[in-house]
Amino acid sequence: MTTANGEAARETRTYAIGYLLALLLTGAAFGAVYWQVASAATVFGLVLGLGLVQMIVHFRFFLHITLGKSSRADLQLILFSTLIIVLMVSGTLVILFNLHHRMM
Amino acid sequence: MNAPLWPAVFGRFGWMDLPFVRAWQDPSVSEIIGAGAGGLVVFGGLAVVVLVTWLGRWGYLWREWFTTLDHKKIGVMYVVIAFVMLSRALVEAVLMRMQQAAAINAPGFVAPDHFAQLFTTHGSIMIFFMAMPFLTGAINYVMPLQIGARDVAFPLLNAVSLWLTAGAAGLMMVSLVIGRFSTGGWTGYPPYTELAFSPDVGPDYWIWAVTLGSIGTTLSGLNFAVTIYKKRCPGMDLMRMPMFCWTSLCTAILMIFAMPPLTVATALLALDRYLGFHFFTNDLGGNMMNYANLIWLFGHPEVYILILPAFGVYSEVISTFSSKELYGYTSLVIATMAIAVLSFTVWVHHFFTMGQSANINAVFGIATMAIGLPTGVKIYDWIWTMFRGRVRFSVSMLYSLAFMMTFVLGGLTGIVLAFPPLDYLVHNTLFLVAHFHNMLIPGLLYGMLAGYNYWFPKAFGFRLDETWGRISFGCWVAGFYLAFMPLYVLGAGGMTRRSQAVFEPAFRPWLYIAGIGALVLLCALVTLFVQLWVSIRNRESTRVPVGDPWNAGGLEWSIPAPPPEYNFAVIPTVRDRDPFYVEKEAGNAYPRPKRYEPIAMPANSMTGPALGVLGAVTAFGLVWHMWWLAGLGLAASIATIIARSFVRDLYRIVPAAEVGRIDRRWRKEIDRAKPIGRAVEGTPANRGLAEVEAA
Amino acid sequence: MSAVEGIHPGLNLAHPHAEAQAETETALFGFWVFLMSDAVIFALLFATYGVMLHATVGGPTPSGVYEIGPALLETVILLTSSFTFGLASIAMKHGAPRRRLLGWLGVTLALGLAFLVLEVRDFLTMFAQGATPMRSGYLSSFFALVPLHGLHVAAGCLWLAVMMVQVVVFGIDERVRINVLRLGLFWHFLDIVWIGLFSVVYLQGLIR
Repeated sequence: MTTANGEAARETRTYAIGYLLALLLTGAAFGAVYWQVASAATVFGLVLGLGLVQMIVHFRFFLHITLGKSSRADLQLILFSTLIIVLMVSGTLVILFNLHHRMM
Repeated sequence: MNAPLWPAVFGRFGWMDLPFVRAWQDPSVSEIIGAGAGGLVVFGGLAVVVLVTWLGRWGYLWREWFTTLDHKKIGVMYVVIAFVMLSRALVEAVLMRMQQAAAINAPGFVAPDHFAQLFTTHGSIMIFFMAMPFLTGAINYVMPLQIGARDVAFPLLNAVSLWLTAGAAGLMMVSLVIGRFSTGGWTGYPPYTELAFSPDVGPDYWIWAVTLGSIGTTLSGLNFAVTIYKKRCPGMDLMRMPMFCWTSLCTAILMIFAMPPLTVATALLALDRYLGFHFFTNDLGGNMMNYANLIWLFGHPEVYILILPAFGVYSEVISTFSSKELYGYTSLVIATMAIAVLSFTVWVHHFFTMGQSANINAVFGIATMAIGLPTGVKIYDWIWTMFRGRVRFSVSMLYSLAFMMTFVLGGLTGIVLAFPPLDYLVHNTLFLVAHFHNMLIPGLLYGMLAGYNYWFPKAFGFRLDETWGRISFGCWVAGFYLAFMPLYVLGAGGMTRRSQAVFEPAFRPWLYIAGIGALVLLCALVTLFVQLWVSIRNRESTRVPVGDPWNAGGLEWSIPAPPPEYNFAVIPTVRDRDPFYVEKEAGNAYPRPKRYEPIAMPANSMTGPALGVLGAVTAFGLVWHMWWLAGLGLAASIATIIARSFVRDLYRIVPAAEVGRIDRRWRKEIDRAKPIGRAVEGTPANRGLAEVEAA
Repeated sequence: MSAVEGIHPGLNLAHPHAEAQAETETALFGFWVFLMSDAVIFALLFATYGVMLHATVGGPTPSGVYEIGPALLETVILLTSSFTFGLASIAMKHGAPRRRLLGWLGVTLALGLAFLVLEVRDFLTMFAQGATPMRSGYLSSFFALVPLHGLHVAAGCLWLAVMMVQVVVFGIDERVRINVLRLGLFWHFLDIVWIGLFSVVYLQGLIR
């Protein structure tokens, strides 16, 4: 196919963009901690936020999960799993911290 | 005391780990019962081996059953495991009921430690090795047929799941012969199950049996979900699937997401016990409350895994035996999905008393009450399905009716338990025990038995005996009420669960009634096997080769009984819900294919049994600290998986001529058979061909 | 977008065999489902870590045992290995000579092994400081979460090695193709888990 090489180049560019974005986001997070750019709570929030964005970068550029039809089923699965994970993790943290607080 | 025999080879095993030696040293009734159970396992195992050898059937068993990837045979094997384990766990229940009836200001005949093992194995077996295999087997057999598929999405994975479950069940049986079982209940709460309080092999048996089984279940859930998403036949939209497939789908989703918390809980406990970690220990920062949190993150969705397939069976059975379309299909689908999602939001109600604030308890209490609503919707839908239908009281229908009435009672006590202040009064009393048996027996077990009576003719080509079916049904219902209604009274009166002895004389009459109930339930089990025996003996007069004994609507009834290996000679195209009924009404029940194509079926594989055996061997090595065995088992398991990935010959072709031959032989049966009305459904006139008035 | 709608991304469009595509879609979707169940396991270990973070019991604390340099190096190595696996996927998809696929798989494997060596070195350093999992609940939760990820990476490395052998033995046939695609999902998933790890474990522990 004559467009095969163009296709390969475009896909390579996708991975390269993802890689660069991920490096930047990683650097920002490590930098924020290393150089203590704000209060502890703010830096932690920043780190979590940058991490979340980088996860999305990985999903989009490495795993090809987009809003398009071809990845619809995978996206629904990921979103449902995220819901369950959020329920389980937040429930665990709330309950166990509540117990910890009441035992102190 | 019990010096290890040879640590390098046999780990921590010593002679006193054999129940026969223990009974010899201390011939109390309790020890003799234990030795007897161990002896039964040894004798039973040997008897099976001798019988198969004498009949010369090892080759047949290996080819047709052990290495098959056929979802139908795998389903049957799951149900066989369920029946065997049901027998053991029910006997254990009878022993416990007898002990409690005998030990009122008296020692009884079962020692406390033995009693504790009994309630632990009873619960563990009933949940993990009776209920789960039963429903997994039912889904395995029926769901692919109902969606017009030839097999599940991952047939090899299916076999691996089965054999992991079988290996785990084997481990449970071995624990009767070598060593002892956990005394920590089926949920194994630390710190009691930590090394400090239970250094013996018991909790380790529990951990590894449950872990092996839970891996199998997670993989089954994955398999079922992908099958339903990707393998439906043309025209089978999601909203045209039978309700049993909807409940199978939601069950599968629950399996995928609820088993991981169990894996985490047992793995962390194992890390504590094997490597001295401090997840749940009393000292050095352990947090045993997190265990309760993790185990119930699993445990609550688990009970919905147990009940949803039964709900699916009831939808099928009630519709078929009312000769009426299922009422409120959409509301049933929405209710099922609501139950599935909500089941992840209520887990704290299993530990209201653990110490978290009233506000947290209130949130989860409200969620728990809310989850009763979709089930209520389903009950109404089933009632409306029967209304103005022509109800036939087949054995399956009898179970469904008993379910509707009895399960609702149990649901009401669930609403009582959902109120934290009320739960504080009855938590861990027999009230709770009565409640969950009230959900599981009339809910899950009746559902599985209804499904067993309903689909047995499809699987084996002949109907089950109706008379013995009714007798067994009567015993299950009477036995349940007698055994468990008194427990509500006892629990409200303050009797704690898991009590080996009782010191309150007022409990006596209720414990006696419950004891009688247990014996009636034992009769129920025996008559269930009598039904099977009689049915096999009389099978010539109950054959239904055409395959539609009940005049039902799903695709599974449109193929021969028993079905060919590939299920459908030609994959059907579906036009509406109840697709077979639609075709029957159009006078097009058995369309002759224009042409037969060769069909590629998955080739047999020994990967399943290999991984099952190796998994059990690895687990056994871990339990007894035989590190060389555990290491070998693990390495061999990994090698098996890698070796399998090099296999290229994955299919076996069934030639078109063979497909045609099987199909034509079936069509001769159709021509020979007379279509029958429902009035003679239970007679030998029923050859599986239904008389349908054209629409 | 030249990709045909409904076809799973990553499939080799030079072989548009409908049944093979359906099989590949099914196989990949099934693997996604498995990854989601694995994600729940990791999530609960993260939650457990969060709950036990303060159970240091007078022993080593996060800021006392974590080092930012090695954490950053491991992160960059793993991230780069994800990129090189992507290059391997492209080589396979567009019918490049086998050598290129093997080359990129090999680089990925080398990076994965490097990651593991560094991580094991980290753990040994911690042990030398008395920061063993038996010391406290906090350390137990660390040593369940991080080594579990490491075990997954090790399994991935084994899988990479097996795939390289199979590419040599079988060439790039249907089974090899599906398995490389699944390995790709697995490898990228592990990098996503690592993002969570370096954020919640290492960086959180080093914030002052």
